[in-house]
Amino acid sequence: MQEHTQLGQKQINEDLLKGVLTVPKWWLPAVAFLGLVVLTGLGAFFYMVYHGLGVTGLNRPVMWGFFIANFVFWIGISHAGIMISAILRLTQADWRRPITRAAEVMTVFSLIAALHTPLMHVGRPWRVLYWILPYDFSRGIWPNIRSPFVWDPSAVGTYLIASSLFVFVCLLPDIAILRDRAKKPIVKKIYAQLALGFRGTPRQWKLQIVAGILLSALVLPVFVSVHSIVSWDFAVLIGVEGWHSTIFAPYFIIGAIHSGVSAVAMLMALSVWLYGLDKYIKPDHFDAIGRLLIIVATTWFFFFFLEWVYALYTLESPELALRELQAFQWPYAPLFVLFIVTAFVIPVPMWLFKKVRRSAALMFFTTILVNIGMWLERFLIIIPGLVRRTHMTFDWGTYHPSIIEILIVVETFAFVALGMLLFAKVLPLIPLFDIKEGMVNRRLIKVGRRVIPATIREGLPHHYYEKKH
Amino acid sequence: MAKRSVLGLYSEEDSAADALDNLREAGFEEGEYEILTGVPYPEGTFGEAEPEHKLYRWPLIGAACGFTIALLITAGTELAYPLITGGKPILSIPAMAIIMYEGSMLGAIIFTVIGIIFESRLPRIFMGAYSEKITEGHIGVTVTTDETRTDVAETALNKAGTDGEIIRGWE
Repeated sequence: MQEHTQLGQKQINEDLLKGVLTVPKWWLPAVAFLGLVVLTGLGAFFYMVYHGLGVTGLNRPVMWGFFIANFVFWIGISHAGIMISAILRLTQADWRRPITRAAEVMTVFSLIAALHTPLMHVGRPWRVLYWILPYDFSRGIWPNIRSPFVWDPSAVGTYLIASSLFVFVCLLPDIAILRDRAKKPIVKKIYAQLALGFRGTPRQWKLQIVAGILLSALVLPVFVSVHSIVSWDFAVLIGVEGWHSTIFAPYFIIGAIHSGVSAVAMLMALSVWLYGLDKYIKPDHFDAIGRLLIIVATTWFFFFFLEWVYALYTLESPELALRELQAFQWPYAPLFVLFIVTAFVIPVPMWLFKKVRRSAALMFFTTILVNIGMWLERFLIIIPGLVRRTHMTFDWGTYHPSIIEILIVVETFAFVALGMLLFAKVLPLIPLFDIKEGMVNRRLIKVGRRVIPATIREGLPHHYYEKKH
Repeated sequence: MAKRSVLGLYSEEDSAADALDNLREAGFEEGEYEILTGVPYPEGTFGEAEPEHKLYRWPLIGAACGFTIALLITAGTELAYPLITGGKPILSIPAMAIIMYEGSMLGAIIFTVIGIIFESRLPRIFMGAYSEKITEGHIGVTVTTDETRTDVAETALNKAGTDGEIIRGWE
C-alpha cells in the first residue's frame, strides 16, 4: 500500500467527528424513512402475534421459511466484524484501520437483527420465558436442554455480548476525544461517564493494543462456533435431504465470510459517499478488500461444489430428486441461476480487474450482488428441502411468503441501517486513535530513488528494534 | 498530605522526553510522573518505563468460571428436569460440551474486558491536571506529588519548553 497522506491529529478529529458533532442534511430524512420501515415491520409482527402464524406462508411441511433464511443471512453478515477486525488485527494488516469499527458495529446490529427473526418465527415470543423457567410441572413436559435449539441462543448470545464488549473497549479512546470536543455540558458529561476517565497514559495505550489482540484471539473461536452451530440446526437432522451434510459447518462459515466481507465493502463505499471519508477510505482499501474477496469467494465456491458432489455421488434417489428440484424445477430453478450468477459468476471475474477493485461504485455494485446471492443461497438450502414429499409425510405443498413475512424481513434490513446511522450520530464509525496511530507509526523512507511510507509494527517496545537492529 | 498534579503540554516528542529527563534529575520517581497522549506511541518513545500488566491471567480465570457455570447449568437442568429421549443418557456429553465451550469463551471474554478496565486503572473519577489539547495532538507530562513539591515539578516542566502555562489540578 503506497498511497499515503500524512494528517495532523486535529485534522483527523475534525474530519472523523463531523458526522457526530454536526447533522448532515440527508441524515434526518434517512432516519425518518428507515424508522417508518421498522415501525411497519413491527406493525406486521404485532398483526402476526394477534392473528397467529396462519398469516404467514408457513405450512406443513414447510415450517421454516423466510424468517429462518433471514436469520442465517444476518448471522452470516455478522461475521464481517470478526473477519475484518480480528483477523486483520492479529496479522497487523495496516489497511484494516479505517474499516474495523464499522465492521464491528455492523456485527452487533446484524446479530440483533438475526436474533429477532427466530423470536418472531415462534409466533408467541414471550413463551421463550418457558425455556428459562419451565412452569408446566403437572404434565412433566419441559424444554429439552440437550436440543440443538439451546446451542443457538448460547452461541449467538455469547457472540453478541463478546462483540458489544469488543466495540466498547475499542471505543474508549474515541469517547475520550468526544468528551474533550463536545460543546454542550450535558453531552460532555455523558461522554465523560462513558470514557471512564481515559487520559491516554502509556499503560492505557498498551492495554488498548493488548486488548485488541487478546479479544480478537478470544472472539475468533466464538466466530467459528456460531456459524457451525447455526449449520448444525440443519445438519444434525437426519430426515431432510440437503441438510444432513458433514461439510455444512465450514461451508456455512466461508459463506458467512463471503457475505460479511462483501457487506463491509458496501459499508466502506457508503461511508465514502455519505460522510465524505475519501481521505481515509481510499482506492487502496477497496483494492485490498477486493483481493481478499477473490480468495474468500473462490473458497466458498469450492465448498458449494463439494456439497453438490457429495450429494450427487451417493446416487440416492431422494437426494437426487431434491437437487433436481433445487436446480431445474419451478420456482427454484430461476432463483438457483440468479444465486450462482450474483454470488460468483458476475462479481469474481470483475474483481480480477484492478480498475474494478479500486472503484467504490463498482465494488458497491458487485458486493450488493453477492449479498443478494447469499440471501438466496440460504433460502435455497432451507425451503426446497422441506417442500419435498418424503416418507411419512401426509401433507405437503409449496411455500409462498406472505406480505407479513416480507415486511418483517424488510424491517430487519431497515433496523440494521437505522442502527448504523444512529450509532454514527453519537460515536465515530472510523476509529480515530487507530488512524492516528497509523500516522505516527508511518514514516517516509528513501529506497533507491523513491520515497515510500514505512510502517513500524504497533505494540512493540523500542528495545525490540534496538536489539534486532 | 493532599496530592496535587501539574501538567505541562508539549508539541514535540523530544520536548516531552526532555521534560521527563528534567523530572528525573529533580528527584521525581517513576510513578510520580506520566505521559498523556492522544495516540499510542511506540513504547519508550519518551524514555518512560514500560508498563507491566497481568492481563493474560484474566481470561484463564474467566474461562474456568464460565466452564463451571455452564457445567452446572447443563448438568443441573438435565438432572432437575430429566427427559428420556430414545433411551439416550440423561447427561449427554456432546450436547453439554457445546454449552460449556460457549460458557468458557463468554467467561474468558467478560473477564478480559474487566481486566482491561482494571489494569488500565479505570474508571478514574477525578481527571487531575488534564487538557483537552492532548486529544488534539499535544503531549502532556503530568506530575502527581505533594503540594510542597509542585514548584519543583513546574520548574522541571518549564525547562523543557512547555506550550503555554502549566495546568494544575487536584488528585
